[in-house]
Amino acid sequence: MFAQRNKNQTKLDRITAAARAEIDRWIAKYPPERKSSAVMAALRIVQDQNGGHLSHELIEAVAEYLDMETIAVYEVATFYSMYELAPVGKYKICVCTNISCMLCGSDQIVQHLEAKLGIKLGQTRRDGKFTLKEVECLGACVNAPMLQIGNDYYEKLTPASIDKILAGLK
Amino acid sequence: MTDLLNIEINGVRLQVKPGTMVIEAADDAGFVIPRFCYHKKLSIAANCRMCLVDVEKAAKPVPACATPVTEGMKVYTKSVKAIEAQKSVMEFLLINHPLDCPICDQGGECELQDIAMGFGKDASRFRETKRVVREKYLGPLISTDMTRCIHCTRCVRFGREIAGVMELGAPGRGEHMAIETYMESAVGSELSGNVIDLCPVGALTSKPYRYTGRPWENTAATAISPHDCVGSNLKVEVRRNQVMRVLPHENEAINEVWLADRDRYSYTGLHTADRLQQPMIKQGETWREVDWETALTYASEGMRRVIASHGAAQLGALSNPNATLEEFYLLQKLVRGLGSHNIDHRLRQLDFSDQAHAPVYPHLGQSIAALEELQAGLLIGAYPRKDQPLINHRLRKAAKRGAKISAVNTIDYDVNFTLTNTVVTHPFDMPLHLAAIAKVLAEQTGKTPPAAVQTLLAAAKVEELHRQIATQLTQAERSTVLIGTQALAQPNLAVLRNLANVIADLSNSSLGYLPEGANAAGAWLAGAVPHRTTAGRTVPAAGKSALQMLDTSCKALVLWNVEPEYDCADPATAMTALQAAEFVVALTPFVTDTMRGYADVILPISPFAETSGTFVNVEGRWQSFTASVKSLAESRPGWKVLRVLGNFFKLDGFEYLSSEEVRSEIDTLTVGIIPQTRSEVQAPSNTPQRPSLLRIGHVPIYAVDNLVRRAQPLQQSNDALQAMVAMNAHTADKLGVRHATQVRVSQAGQSVTLPLYIEASVADDCAVIPAGVVGSERLGTGYGSIDVKAV
Repeated sequence: MFAQRNKNQTKLDRITAAARAEIDRWIAKYPPERKSSAVMAALRIVQDQNGGHLSHELIEAVAEYLDMETIAVYEVATFYSMYELAPVGKYKICVCTNISCMLCGSDQIVQHLEAKLGIKLGQTRRDGKFTLKEVECLGACVNAPMLQIGNDYYEKLTPASIDKILAGLK
Repeated sequence: MTDLLNIEINGVRLQVKPGTMVIEAADDAGFVIPRFCYHKKLSIAANCRMCLVDVEKAAKPVPACATPVTEGMKVYTKSVKAIEAQKSVMEFLLINHPLDCPICDQGGECELQDIAMGFGKDASRFRETKRVVREKYLGPLISTDMTRCIHCTRCVRFGREIAGVMELGAPGRGEHMAIETYMESAVGSELSGNVIDLCPVGALTSKPYRYTGRPWENTAATAISPHDCVGSNLKVEVRRNQVMRVLPHENEAINEVWLADRDRYSYTGLHTADRLQQPMIKQGETWREVDWETALTYASEGMRRVIASHGAAQLGALSNPNATLEEFYLLQKLVRGLGSHNIDHRLRQLDFSDQAHAPVYPHLGQSIAALEELQAGLLIGAYPRKDQPLINHRLRKAAKRGAKISAVNTIDYDVNFTLTNTVVTHPFDMPLHLAAIAKVLAEQTGKTPPAAVQTLLAAAKVEELHRQIATQLTQAERSTVLIGTQALAQPNLAVLRNLANVIADLSNSSLGYLPEGANAAGAWLAGAVPHRTTAGRTVPAAGKSALQMLDTSCKALVLWNVEPEYDCADPATAMTALQAAEFVVALTPFVTDTMRGYADVILPISPFAETSGTFVNVEGRWQSFTASVKSLAESRPGWKVLRVLGNFFKLDGFEYLSSEEVRSEIDTLTVGIIPQTRSEVQAPSNTPQRPSLLRIGHVPIYAVDNLVRRAQPLQQSNDALQAMVAMNAHTADKLGVRHATQVRVSQAGQSVTLPLYIEASVADDCAVIPAGVVGSERLGTGYGSIDVKAV
């Protein structure tokens, strides 16, 4: 009877009005009883709203907004590598180390990035500027090795091209 | 039979229904295919790949659990290709599985261990480090060793599909995937223990049973659950005359393969420090342990003395509703043999005004399995999720198939399926809502409702909600009206029962009861009610009901497995009556200080697992069981004690040599009884006065009887409610206690201070104060006027 106690507290106010409007646009794409289909978009939107990472409150808010169980939203948030559950740097450098990139020398790319940034895979630099992250295949195998920063792909990487990319990040 | 498909498994020709999966066809035909994720009661996941089989013309091995049969299909489960595929999967599954079988509780009953014997290699080729997963806290009932998990996701699917709660999930991906609850909230389903049976490895095991035994040391005896009217079939595992654990015994018609946590873990209450081992008598102010001969002589003389000086009408017997059919029968035979009809098992009932019209025994009105096929239902004062978890499971299945189930309750209960309509109302307003539904039904069907309820119907105000509920019932081909455990305890039961009958009649629905305890049906059949003897035969002058025996203080009282402060409708009155009684005989497996205070003789009777007998479940099924273990010390099965007590009184017909003999006598007497749930509609005689604040004495799931109350693991779980006061904000405002955390509750001249919770789920002008729990045991009736003040 009293298991409902925790549910009474709404967490919806954690999502800004602007973010909510954007989520609604995604919800409208699906049948009304399939609201949960918008979960990936909703998580991306609230992550952007929150400066690049998801908090437990936001995951709970998304669950509430989409009528889903929190654990189901949490499963999605932990499955995909584009969601972050802890704060990340201003620039999140996602390096693919999957098979095609590995065969084309992603080990050397990772080594170079680690030396240049002074952090290991999975770490964020103290100044909060860079996060280095290992990801699985991003579907750009034709131009391996590759990495992703923000919404951009950088392909056919060499140590020299990496230096140029990093120099361009202010 | 043209719609059957012809297939061949391992060269054997079979005919199977289209849509059948290969694994089901193989299981039915007796071909063993190894599997982990597949379970016949859960959805298909096909993620473990262990059931790969060879299908002719298929390029690659296919998972038998997710491959439907097709005409002319030829399946080979033992071909070189199939075995190779199965062995390869096994090797993958064992990569990360620890080799800790010697310290794993699952050892000896582990599906992974068994299948590894058949398909595993003797040594691993994996040289890298195995993954390690942190343990999770899943509450007091389930132990976790998540490193052993092979990600079959049976537990996750169980939560979503059966328990109706998504407590477990599988966050992470690939190597990092792990079974977890969100933020480690303890699992709170009343069916949670079933994940232990489902888990094919030792990742989820029973916490109370942990490290206490090996499955091959245990012998299993079958038994019947003593806690609710479902009558779940149990396997009681025993070692050296001790109950080690309780598991479900599959019975598709009753509990399927499931078991409620209450039935699974209540055995942990069997061996508490307060188990009574020896008969005791009170001489002066001191208690003395004596032998049975002395105790029974003392008991019979005491009762004789009261009968001689005050008459037999001053003798009363109260039994809890979990006694066996044989015990009920012998107890009423003894009491009636001594000249009294004062016997009752309806300890929590307050309204007996229409008992003469009650059906022969409270029946579900259909079989338990038939509940799944319902298209509509109306629950009246019922919370089957916690009161009869496996009834709720069937209703949930019906709801998932589209059944429109609605409820009229006093609390907006946390139900794990969607109720189409819910009326949350004051207990005394429930009749108005039911009358409104009946009024719509009368309009819709053009039938005339019985004259007895015309005034009620005329006074009812019809709202859209009532219209919808009525329409749901009439539109459904198979519909039911269920009177719940709470309705049976309400002081206006008679009017509820009458209106339920009217609604069922008008809407052509079945009518069913969800009585409290394991054997209310058996109690009525055996005659453990004051107005009817065995098989429902009316007695010339009804004896006193449970409430009357205590209200008017019978001079001699026999308590059968009763702790009145927790089990009776009105603990305050009960305690006063017991103090005032001249002679009290308590028959019980457990002795408490309170009991030593009021009793004169305390006789140790055998609890669950130590006695033989019969329970009649809510669908009228007689299920007999034998003792799984010998009775502890000097305690004895209840039927034997009653049989000998009968001899002490020199009564005729107490010469039984076994409980089976008692059963066959009852069997003969009850031949031809048809469970009929309808009763003649009467004009309601009593309308209780509406107080300014009414208590709702909700009995929490783990407070229902003395065994469950002693089961520590259950008492530590989320469902074990403590004594407290819960009311909605509106009511709290009226009383001026909105911001109080503690309140002073006064009822029947007793006062206690309890924590206050503001709960939107409670009806106006009501306060939920649980009964059967420590802290509320001195208060008065479960549904009476109370006074609440801030402290």
